[in-house]
Amino acid sequence: MVKKKSFGEIIFTIFNYLFMIALCIICIIPIWHVAMASVSDPTLVSATSGLILRPLGQLSVTAYKIILTYKGLLIGYSNTIFYVIAQCTITGILSVMGGYIVSRKTFRYRNFLMLFMIFTMLFNGGMIPSYMVVRNLNLIDTRWAMLIPSAISVFNIIIMRTAIQGVPDSLEESARIDGANDFVVMFRIILPLCKASFAVVMLFTAIGKWNEWFNAMIYLPTKTSLLPLQMFMRELLIKSSGDAVNQADMISNAQLYMTLVKYAAIIVSTLPILCVYPFVQKYFVKGVMIGSVKG
Amino acid sequence: MEHIQKRKKKAQGYIEGKGLRALPHNIGYDFKKNKLIYLMSLPIVIWFIIFCYVPMGGILMAFEKYSPVKGIIGSDWVGFGNFRAFFQGPYFLRLMKNTVVLGVLDLIVGFPAPIIFALLLNEITTKKFKKTVQTISYMPYFISSVVLCGLITDFCASGGVLSNLVAGVTNSGGRNLLGISSYFRPIFVLSNLWQGLGYGSIIYIASLSSVDQELYEAAVMDGANRIKQTIHITLPGIAPTIIIMLILRISTLLQVSSDKILLLYNPSIYKTADVINTYVYREGLQNYNYGLSSAVGLFNSLIATALLLITNKISAKCSDTSLF
Repeated sequence: MVKKKSFGEIIFTIFNYLFMIALCIICIIPIWHVAMASVSDPTLVSATSGLILRPLGQLSVTAYKIILTYKGLLIGYSNTIFYVIAQCTITGILSVMGGYIVSRKTFRYRNFLMLFMIFTMLFNGGMIPSYMVVRNLNLIDTRWAMLIPSAISVFNIIIMRTAIQGVPDSLEESARIDGANDFVVMFRIILPLCKASFAVVMLFTAIGKWNEWFNAMIYLPTKTSLLPLQMFMRELLIKSSGDAVNQADMISNAQLYMTLVKYAAIIVSTLPILCVYPFVQKYFVKGVMIGSVKG
Repeated sequence: MEHIQKRKKKAQGYIEGKGLRALPHNIGYDFKKNKLIYLMSLPIVIWFIIFCYVPMGGILMAFEKYSPVKGIIGSDWVGFGNFRAFFQGPYFLRLMKNTVVLGVLDLIVGFPAPIIFALLLNEITTKKFKKTVQTISYMPYFISSVVLCGLITDFCASGGVLSNLVAGVTNSGGRNLLGISSYFRPIFVLSNLWQGLGYGSIIYIASLSSVDQELYEAAVMDGANRIKQTIHITLPGIAPTIIIMLILRISTLLQVSSDKILLLYNPSIYKTADVINTYVYREGLQNYNYGLSSAVGLFNSLIATALLLITNKISAKCSDTSLF
């Protein structure tokens, strides 16, 4: 149905488009500024007061050279990658299992179990008692402290349950007749059919882990060698320690590069996610939708 | 004879209608039927007990003068002493005020924005443009809070981009904005808006797409313009989603994103930036004042639960939409 637009509608459409463009610019510009400044001449950057929209002076990658030789960043990067992979494995298995057991119609106490889990969303002991449990288990300053307390999230289990409930019963029945037990049914029959929801759980877990810092701060108080990337970023960006720059004493005017090194670190630590997320964006939409279905 | 039949019946299935007395039998029967399910539940139930239910027992610390040597059971009881100390302490009013003000400001600014954004985006007909806007507007959400706070710190430092901008407008010289207490609230709320706007709109965009298209056609026939269509069709169509999101949002009103505040604040702006959760962190994990800290934490989570139940009730009464 083609309908002639009224004058008011045309004005609205134009403003709407302009508004969207402005919004996009606002979303991008801080990162763009950082990216451009990180490859600029450091003296010019410190002299500029406004936004930097293109590299100032000679293009230089010195800041990246400094940050990529900074031990903290390398340790943090490898630890974070380890935590992401390990957490995804643990959380993946437990979420599928959790979703599976509370969706079994033959399991009489599934609703009780669901309530048992959902209650913890409503009420919890809080920061200090949780910390003391982790401490009493002697997990402080171990890698496990980063993985076990965050192993299960009720939200993930609800996502998996919703997906598993959508799988037709007849598939399971035919597998049972062929002699499959619960593990076989779960991993070989149901999981392949719930790939999309499983992907959502994995994505949320991976991104959350990549960006996590608070648990590391309270559970890894002294083990610098186990800290994730974000903790080193915190040292560098918030506490402004000169570690990274001091390590790079082969550069004569290292101190000058302090700001640029921060910028380069921001880019290096954020780039993986910014590159990946547009490709997996459709899954987020799915994840948010499933998450909103009430449990 | 009857007795044998009874036993046979018993072995065959669940006993209904006998309540708790039949529970051991029923669990036993269910276990026999679903051995592997019980095996799978084991690690999950253990995890929930250790990491969710045991800490609930830790709430006892709120009622005692906790001493690590004596443990939770052996420490001296002080009843509501910790609560009294908190309510009468010098920081109570400041903490309550900051938490409520930041939470409410964040709600007023951050809640309607994604809805308006989704409605405006819905009016855009160019598919490719729409997709691009969505991708770009989600981006800030994926920046970690550490990096975000790093950006804020840098932009607000004296000589930083924002600081210069503010200096230009107010003619006051480029100072470090994070050192001035009156600037903390706008910085916090606006940075949350920047980070959450696009991503927060996903759910509304999704529920907009499920609004019946025929309604619009009928409305056009009746001569309704865009604004009327929005008020009479679109908004009622996504109202349930809006209400659910509002309930969830209000229940976390007092949580405020304390990890961001921890990264951003410094003692010179405690006056506006210190909230209940950051105080819990400082008292408990930095000053080892476990009893007081647990009491404050318990107070906070009781209010959150109450808020959730109240909003849920109100919304169930007024609009037939509720979380449970």
